[in-house]
Amino acid sequence: MGSIFQIILQRLALGVITLLIVSMVIFVAVNALPGDFAQAILGQGATDEAVAQIRADLGLDQNYFMRYFSWLGNVVTGNLGISFAQMNFASNMGGDQLVGVVEQIAPRFKATMFLAGVTAMFAVPISITLGVLAALYRNSIFDRAVNITTLSSISSPEFFLAYILILVLAVLNPIFPSLSNVYEGMALGEKLNRTMLPALTLTLVVTAHMMRMTRAAIINLLASPYIEMARLKGISPMRVIVRHALPNALAPIINVIALNLAYLITGVVVVEVVFVYPGIGQLFVDSVKIRDIPVVQACCLIFAAAYILLNLMADILSILSNPRLRHPK
Amino acid sequence: MSWLMNLIFLLIVAAVVAWVFRFAGQKITGNKPFFRDMPFAVAFGYVVGLLVLIGAVSYYFRPVEVNGVPAAGVIFFRWAVQGFIGFAIAAYLFRLFGRTVGTSGTRKLFRAMPLTAAFGVLVILIYALVSIFAGSIAPYGQEEIFANANIVPGGNPMMGGDPNFPLGTDQIGRDIYSRLIYGAQNTVGIAFATTCLAFFVGGSLGFLAAIVGGWLDQILSRAVDVLMAIPALIFALLLMTIASVWSNQLGIDRTIFMILIIAMIDSTRVYRLARAVGQNIVVMDYIEAAKLRGEGMGYLIFKEILPNATAPLLAEFGLRFCFVFLTIASLSFLGVGIQPPLADWGTMVKDLSQFINFAAFAPNVATAPLLAAGAIALLTVAVNFVVDWMLHKSSGLKD
Amino acid sequence: MTQQLLKIRGLKIEGKSDEVWKPIVNGIDLDLKKGEVLGLIGESGAGKSTVGLATMGFTRDGCRISGGTVDFDGVDLVTASAAVKRNMLGKRIAYVAQSAAASFNPAHRLIDQHTEAPTQHRLRPKAESELDGMGLYHRLRLPDPDHIGFRYPHQVSGGQLQRAMTAMAMSCRPDLIIFDEPTTALDVTTQIEVLAAIRDIVEQFDTAAIYITHDLAVVAQMADRIKVLLRGDEVEEAETRAMLLAPREDYTKSLWAVRSFQRPAKPAVSTGVTPIVSLKNVSAAYGKSPVLFDVAFDIHAGRTVAVVGESGSGKSTTARCITGLLPPSQGHIEFNGEALPLDYRKRSKDQLRQVQMIYQMADTALNPRSSIGDIIGRPVQFYSGLTGSAKRKRVEELLAQIELEPEQYIDRLPSELSGGQKQRIGIARALAAEPQFIICDEVTSALDQLVAEGILKLLAQLQDDLGLSYMFITHDLATVRAISDEVVVMKDGRVVEQGPKAEMFQPPHHPYTDLLLSSVPEMDPDWLTNLLNGRGVDNIGDAAVGKM
Repeated sequence: MGSIFQIILQRLALGVITLLIVSMVIFVAVNALPGDFAQAILGQGATDEAVAQIRADLGLDQNYFMRYFSWLGNVVTGNLGISFAQMNFASNMGGDQLVGVVEQIAPRFKATMFLAGVTAMFAVPISITLGVLAALYRNSIFDRAVNITTLSSISSPEFFLAYILILVLAVLNPIFPSLSNVYEGMALGEKLNRTMLPALTLTLVVTAHMMRMTRAAIINLLASPYIEMARLKGISPMRVIVRHALPNALAPIINVIALNLAYLITGVVVVEVVFVYPGIGQLFVDSVKIRDIPVVQACCLIFAAAYILLNLMADILSILSNPRLRHPK
Repeated sequence: MSWLMNLIFLLIVAAVVAWVFRFAGQKITGNKPFFRDMPFAVAFGYVVGLLVLIGAVSYYFRPVEVNGVPAAGVIFFRWAVQGFIGFAIAAYLFRLFGRTVGTSGTRKLFRAMPLTAAFGVLVILIYALVSIFAGSIAPYGQEEIFANANIVPGGNPMMGGDPNFPLGTDQIGRDIYSRLIYGAQNTVGIAFATTCLAFFVGGSLGFLAAIVGGWLDQILSRAVDVLMAIPALIFALLLMTIASVWSNQLGIDRTIFMILIIAMIDSTRVYRLARAVGQNIVVMDYIEAAKLRGEGMGYLIFKEILPNATAPLLAEFGLRFCFVFLTIASLSFLGVGIQPPLADWGTMVKDLSQFINFAAFAPNVATAPLLAAGAIALLTVAVNFVVDWMLHKSSGLKD
Repeated sequence: MTQQLLKIRGLKIEGKSDEVWKPIVNGIDLDLKKGEVLGLIGESGAGKSTVGLATMGFTRDGCRISGGTVDFDGVDLVTASAAVKRNMLGKRIAYVAQSAAASFNPAHRLIDQHTEAPTQHRLRPKAESELDGMGLYHRLRLPDPDHIGFRYPHQVSGGQLQRAMTAMAMSCRPDLIIFDEPTTALDVTTQIEVLAAIRDIVEQFDTAAIYITHDLAVVAQMADRIKVLLRGDEVEEAETRAMLLAPREDYTKSLWAVRSFQRPAKPAVSTGVTPIVSLKNVSAAYGKSPVLFDVAFDIHAGRTVAVVGESGSGKSTTARCITGLLPPSQGHIEFNGEALPLDYRKRSKDQLRQVQMIYQMADTALNPRSSIGDIIGRPVQFYSGLTGSAKRKRVEELLAQIELEPEQYIDRLPSELSGGQKQRIGIARALAAEPQFIICDEVTSALDQLVAEGILKLLAQLQDDLGLSYMFITHDLATVRAISDEVVVMKDGRVVEQGPKAEMFQPPHHPYTDLLLSSVPEMDPDWLTNLLNGRGVDNIGDAAVGKM
């Protein structure tokens, strides 16, 4: 077995390769579309010159192989193309002020990161505390109540939780606004206030997952002989947890957090739609509906990249926290 | 922020009461181990639990109407509590029924069943019956359009309801009650078919990889790794975009594409599990003994491996079904899933969602979208309860 | 004048299974004086570990003390508060667990875990405890005692870890140490150094100890008195020598008798006879790492060849080569003088039938979803083509052969059988193929001694009745002595020595055989002392193996 540095490098390389293959999968999927993009963009009544023009713009006159690499090259240099909606607008109305996909996505991406950040701030501490408590007092009434509640909230679709929260916290008791129309340059307090309901919805879903996984990890850990040994050494329960359980729980808990942040990515789509939150999920769904391929493709790639990155981080952090790898023989 | 101050104040009171409670308990019982070894956190937990219970009971008995205006919060809370208690009683009775009727095997099963699992089994049974007999239960057809659109649920003409449409009609005049029932058939049926397909594909490939190993295993596993690196819902949305174009061109229903796409995405997850389960069994000595006897592949799979893989696979089937069901509901909710005129719950939630905003002054009106969303949640909760119990049982954990 | 340290009266412990509390220990009395060592022995399920933990006022999850008192130096640990118990544990009563590798926290260095108890109990500052720890490591003959403490558990070998754990238990100079099977997971050559270390340090500090084990010979070396447990009840208790010489109870006598089972040796094989199985210079590798080198030996008709060695010696790999699961990279295997195809997939049905296998873990060797009738019936049908009532009749015959009542067992599932019965089913399945040759892979090592003896006797009987040949893989020399005709000693993938049993148990030996033989504890209470006097404390265990 190589040194820890080598292992991490390997994982990083693996992550990059995965991302490359994923980009290929996305590209192939999109290019499996029947007919011609240019025709699709401009509709049936388009003139031949306009179609030819767009074909050239999109590089449709080149073969698949070339197109993939030029697309990949563009992606790497931060050029994600121009959305069909924009092109259609431009070719029908004229004008050159085309907004690229990158410019379209950037503010949306920031908004989504803000939402995910707020959610994580709630969800991570709450779920880890609850998870550890449930593990410590397992089989108590508290543990059972938490188990049933979290199981129910995991099982419910995000929009159900969202509407329940709207009902309770926006309609019946007007505490938070039910529409989250945040925009850039808004004051932070107001922005937080409007983000609260989507963040709470996501928190409910993610906390349930994270808490259950934390509970399982801790119970697993507490059953290990070295915890029994520590207790038989007459060490206080607090110290058993902090000194003996926690250092070993780090890896599983980090894993749990990363996995759930990755899970947020999926959850964010539905929740953004419910609350009309101007994030990347909303943009994605809108683009799916109007078949705006460059935007769909770009969003997909971003989601996948974030997902892979989080899983990679979990992987690397748990390698780093493993004493067997940190202190090789 | 006054509610926050109140909350903090309440918690401080609870802390003090908890300390007094424990101290008094120690004194009164003469230092019985129960109180002597009680950590403060536990005492605090008991007190907070009690406070919540008192708060809930007093809220439940508040008047439902203040000066002629309905107290919507209280009404919803009563519905929720009544629903919860109703289901608990139904589950209890069902379990009692199961313990007295049936073969000795099923009776034994019901005796060891926790209430949550009994609830789950009951709900799954009801859903199955409703979806099979939807045609004869529903008063109207799912596509039938009536002249009166937007009739309020509740069936009270004074409030804008109609006894013929107990849950009202939707924005174009279809009976919501009938559509909810047909929704069971469509949503559950499609999800079930999709899960079966995913299991067939993922399961057989997974077992094959586990038994054959080598390059086949490598290729399949790496392919699955890549497919799983794209979040499921995102991938489904991407493929649905493409499918929507194809379906127009080929004239094939979009729902068929959806089934294929979700089954494909889900089969990757099934593959992983089937392969892991298969590999755990393949290393067993009894498989080695069968191999050394000269048994063929068919005997190995059907006689030695499958019987030992049923428990984890069944649990996984439940979880996968929930996942597929939620994905389909989400896709429909986003407008790219099951297509009208088929009734389905996700689309219904989307279409009826604005009624929630009327909840404060007309609680009835808000029930329609919540019922549809609740119908989805209820089934997945039920399946999850059953799966949780099965996993618990098969893991052999006593705690 | 020695004073009473521990007084247990009427200790009852219950365990929860299927939501019902069932008794595990039904009222045990136990007394221990200062500086005295009590051996607690019994088979699995006797409740000896449970009693050991209860001595510390502790029960595992799913167990509870339901009655009795555990009076340690005037304090009843059953009713004492958590704080009072905590103050005792580690400081006055310490614990040494079976698996040191699992019982050391992987995240901390040995010395930090060593100093934790004295520091937490405020006995002395950490620096002082560290120095004391190094002193103990010296005393316990750990290699490089001044630095070994600064390693992490995974960087230290099993036998060393077990000694480090003994040192840790000693860190507060407790009055009592509970040793819970501390050497069960170790090889014999390693076991001996741990035993020597434990005995030395317990004597040195005049610590009282309860030594829990299932191995009579081990307990004979360690204990002043022995208490025998059976299914949660005490059978008898006596001074070690008295108990060894004259056990009173039938159960104890039967335990003692196990050691004496020995099958009469068979006459030597005349030269020129074709062996049933013959390994011709077999070498094998897992992937690129070689594990077997030039292994060659013969197995003759109607005889038992024991293949002996410690973990990693390549004895199971040899079996995999013979069965064809791991085709050798060089050499070949002859069956009745004909070369067998190396890969089992290329062997004919009859060739496969002739070589059968019995596994160590009956739990994983029997399909938990098949009934006993199906498990045994399948090879009957597969090889001889019998079906229906003819097949059932044959299965019943086989069940009778392994001494299980056919009517009672034929429809049961493996999970409804005890460990020994499951192993018998494994034997019946091998017999069902009507083979000439059976490989027995550690078939008794997962079983209690009495049960194991039953299995050995059955195998011997079957050999006489059916003229079978066995290859008997084991690490236990008592088993070798009991059943073998010839012995093959393996180490690191090579055959070190081979020959008839009588020769092998007589000097002169190869030095490794000698080490192996002399490391097996004997029932003589003076055995360890004599051995240490003879060989010298520096010439045991890893140190001695290292000199090979």
